[in-house]
Amino acid sequence: MNDAPPVEALLRIDELKVHFPVLGGVWRRAVATCKAVDGVSFEVFKGETLGLVGESGCGKSTLARSIVGLNRPTSGKILLEGRELKWFSGASRKMDRRRVQMVFQDPSESLDARQTVGQIIDEPMMIHDRGNASERTRRVGELLSLVGLSEDAALRYPFEFSGGQRQRIGIARALALSPELLVLDEPVSALDLSIRSQVINLLLDLKIRLGLTCVFIAHDLSVVRHLSDRIAVMYLGKLVELAPAQELLANPMHAYTKALIEAIPRPDPDQNGRFSTLRGEVPSPINPPPGCAFGHRVQSPLHALSVQRPSRFVEASPGHWLLDCPCCTDRGKENS
Amino acid sequence: MSLLEARGLQVAFADDAGKEVVVVDGVDLSLKPGRTLGLVGESGCGKSVTALSLLRLLPHPVGRILAGSVFWKGRDLLALSSEEMRSIRGKEIGMIFQEPLNALNPAHTIGRQVDEAFLVHGLAQSRQVRSKTLEMLAMVGIPDPVTRANEYPHQLSGGMRQRVVIAMALACEPELIIADEPTTALDVTIQAQVLELTRKLQQKSNAALLLITHDLGVVAQTCDEVAVMYAGRIVERAPMREIFENPKHAYTQGLLKSIPSLTGPTQVKLPVIEGMVPSLSELGNGCRFAPRSGRPHRSSWLMERPLLREVSQDHWVESCPACCSQS
Repeated sequence: MNDAPPVEALLRIDELKVHFPVLGGVWRRAVATCKAVDGVSFEVFKGETLGLVGESGCGKSTLARSIVGLNRPTSGKILLEGRELKWFSGASRKMDRRRVQMVFQDPSESLDARQTVGQIIDEPMMIHDRGNASERTRRVGELLSLVGLSEDAALRYPFEFSGGQRQRIGIARALALSPELLVLDEPVSALDLSIRSQVINLLLDLKIRLGLTCVFIAHDLSVVRHLSDRIAVMYLGKLVELAPAQELLANPMHAYTKALIEAIPRPDPDQNGRFSTLRGEVPSPINPPPGCAFGHRVQSPLHALSVQRPSRFVEASPGHWLLDCPCCTDRGKENS
Repeated sequence: MSLLEARGLQVAFADDAGKEVVVVDGVDLSLKPGRTLGLVGESGCGKSVTALSLLRLLPHPVGRILAGSVFWKGRDLLALSSEEMRSIRGKEIGMIFQEPLNALNPAHTIGRQVDEAFLVHGLAQSRQVRSKTLEMLAMVGIPDPVTRANEYPHQLSGGMRQRVVIAMALACEPELIIADEPTTALDVTIQAQVLELTRKLQQKSNAALLLITHDLGVVAQTCDEVAVMYAGRIVERAPMREIFENPKHAYTQGLLKSIPSLTGPTQVKLPVIEGMVPSLSELGNGCRFAPRSGRPHRSSWLMERPLLREVSQDHWVESCPACCSQS
């Protein structure tokens, strides 16, 4: 691994925190804080797809929305090629938007029902003054064929398309400005099995043809493994493990990652009857329990000893990062 | 002896213009005590409508059973009065719905909703009902049932709500449980807990289970038999292991191949089923999958309905020459 030339990081997230106030009482004052993302750092290299997995409520969508500037970070930095993305300062916002785009989960909600597909894909180019009308129309046609739709789709409305085709339209819109970074939030979760594999193939194809860098969020580990170079596992606002995709599935180190992998129902009768040993649920990010937020779910005997929430993210083996928690990893057992 | 036997079930829905579209077209099902039948298919293939019509819960007057019969322990369910039907629904046949938040009443405590399941069928006196409810809630794994019984659905997490729905469905110890995508709205770790619970309770009461799902992983973990549905028809029906190891219909084969593996190579193209699910209003009588099968087909095959043929013991396949590997 050390012989390879150093790969440049396109995106760097540095100690990112996104906290939301919880309003209560008659005057709707902030009575508590929901720590949706609570100190996350990672890098995404050029041309790489980083998969982000975790259960619902773990903060993965909040993290994605902060990267594209839809949530305001409480603290921490988001850097694109070493320069900080300041979505909430105005001046550079429009310029950065060309470089970072997003594909949303539900294509029927993220496309304007009253615009034609052509207008939907044209709008970002119009806002960013890309060429005159005829050049843009030509580009819309190019984008549509790039995502596997016919060019006459431009004149039709979103409701005339099926779920899979609408997701293709959402992808075409995100690609209109030739972004360097694409953030995809559960892009295939709402699709049926036979359509899902078509869209997965399209994403693989686009990544190779356009050299895209992607942050790919999903809860389905088999899909994430298939599409990603590296996978980050998130739990209650923090990363617990980050490793190359195949390595993470073959050699998970954190108890949460192990439990997630174990819980996947395999389409294989010979593995019938394997159910997860995991008990309980994700604690609320508003009032997380003290100490390690996961140990109680695996009934680790070391859990009682943890008083502080673990926050050190260490490289356990080359390229394999791990949240250093005594009750959830084997590292604690070695030390004790 | 099967508990429930559906034969040639045909269901139509009226579209906006009042024209009737056949959404379930000649479905046969047979459910036996202690066995789990998985009904698999993509959205819009008619699997939920099939379940609703077994219980005669189709939205009135839009949905209508056109033909077929449903026999429940020898009684024709379609001929019963709505009062007789009500005494079977919930008591003899329990139902678990996909979205627990929609299946629960937001204005009543969960304790009261489980109480109701007992009271409606006269299975408990109002004085003893709460102790039965608490027992039921404890059985489905709700921690601290005494406190939880006084809470409202919005105060519970998704996994806990689904447990309440399961408690309600199982309160009267039904002989058949119909579960329509019971874990689709849940996270994988919670899904594993709910599936394990359902299986444990089923084994205890020896009930039959009709599990409707689109997730082949869930099927492999829980079912004894599988029926694969496409565009309103069952295209293949076989024991679970046979479906995974020896699928005969092109649609079943395509579905199985399109799942990304957890151990194989990554970032390679997945095999796909080309095209999309056809619109039900435009379908003819012939094989509905042949145009997507990727194999050469004659137009005459699209005219005549392919018959279900038994290719090996208990393994039935629609015998379309383009889609069935043994034709």
